[in-house]
Amino acid sequence: MSDRPTPVLRAEGLVKTHYGEGAPAHAVRGVDLCVRQGEFVAVTGPSGAGKSTLLHLLGGLQRPDAGSIWLDGDCTDAYGEARWAVERRKRIGIVFQFFNLVSNLSVADNVELPALLAGVPPKQARAEREALLAELGLAGKERSMPGELSGGEQQRVALARALVNHPPLLLADEPAGSLDSKGTREVMRLLSRFHQRGQSIVLVTHDARLASSADRVISFFDGRIADDAELDGMPTRGTGISGVLELRD
Amino acid sequence: MRLPLLALLARGPAHGYELKQDLEQLLGSAYPQPNVGQVYVTLGRLEKQGLIEGEDVEQSSRPNKKVYHLTDSGREALRAWFEEPEDEPRVRDEFFMKLALAPQTGLAEQIALINKQRRQYLNTMRHLSKLAAAEDRDNRIAQLLIEGAMLHLQADLDWLERCQEELEELE
Repeated sequence: MSDRPTPVLRAEGLVKTHYGEGAPAHAVRGVDLCVRQGEFVAVTGPSGAGKSTLLHLLGGLQRPDAGSIWLDGDCTDAYGEARWAVERRKRIGIVFQFFNLVSNLSVADNVELPALLAGVPPKQARAEREALLAELGLAGKERSMPGELSGGEQQRVALARALVNHPPLLLADEPAGSLDSKGTREVMRLLSRFHQRGQSIVLVTHDARLASSADRVISFFDGRIADDAELDGMPTRGTGISGVLELRD
Repeated sequence: MRLPLLALLARGPAHGYELKQDLEQLLGSAYPQPNVGQVYVTLGRLEKQGLIEGEDVEQSSRPNKKVYHLTDSGREALRAWFEEPEDEPRVRDEFFMKLALAPQTGLAEQIALINKQRRQYLNTMRHLSKLAAAEDRDNRIAQLLIEGAMLHLQADLDWLERCQEELEELE
């Protein structure tokens, strides 16, 4: 065995075809992917390229037609619905474009619920919730209902819910897709902050600004990985940033 | 830099180094720092054109410094500047030419060109988001400058995506 650390996520040969009305849609056509511990990977591409389907496969929300997924080195081939549901509480946190909060539960209950379901003692669940909401600038909103909050606030609650059980992997599906530009910047800032503390993240977005907060950007076209680039934020050639910003004489 | 310097002088007289500092403060750290030599050269040119006038001010124990003020024709030039809308930003002509001509040469692949160009833009985008995070959040002008640059790049990236969609279908 090599002494490389086990990747937090690995996928090989993933295929997913949607059969609906009309021609079958080949959403994911043979994808290999490896996400290292602490890595922040963005998947970008046009809408309809299959990137959301890919994320759903990675989170067990849909099952692939072919291929396998490993979480922390454990093969998930034999996992059923119930097992995936457990993984989504413990090892994988997910945030969605439309937040998917439980509308008739308070903010506090939305965040505590996954902790309680995972068997965390109520006292500890409450402490976790308090710490996260404070961190996300939502102290004082515990008793609000999701519908009373702005989109940006709802997404922050969703982020707290996704992270309450300290999952090794965070999956984010267009998390700023229904937010204004201020909300987008907020999400960007928070994802970067959690990443800096070691959170592994896979982010699906069509927004290059959001994607640029990641260390690595995968361009996804037509169900396939077209390019996979590590970003260092230091343009290696050309005028780079000064060319973009400079005043002309 | 001519007109920004004129605009700074519309407030009142100032010397070269002051103007450089004002510009830096206004535009923030993301903006390439104006070189003080360049500021003096530009001021000299503006003076020759009669848009500003310099006056030597004596300083004890240091060489004289030149304090500039705006002339009437300088103020007029500034009015004309504000009057005119600016040209549209250009499509990246050079990249477009590469993309258009690559297939005939047999020397480069279009998709590879697009991927290479995207990496360049994404890297710059990442640099910009780091700058935005480091810049004082209350400096609105500086933040807007960075956001503007990011939105331009976003548009360029969207266009690369369109190119890729169209050209991959042909393959």
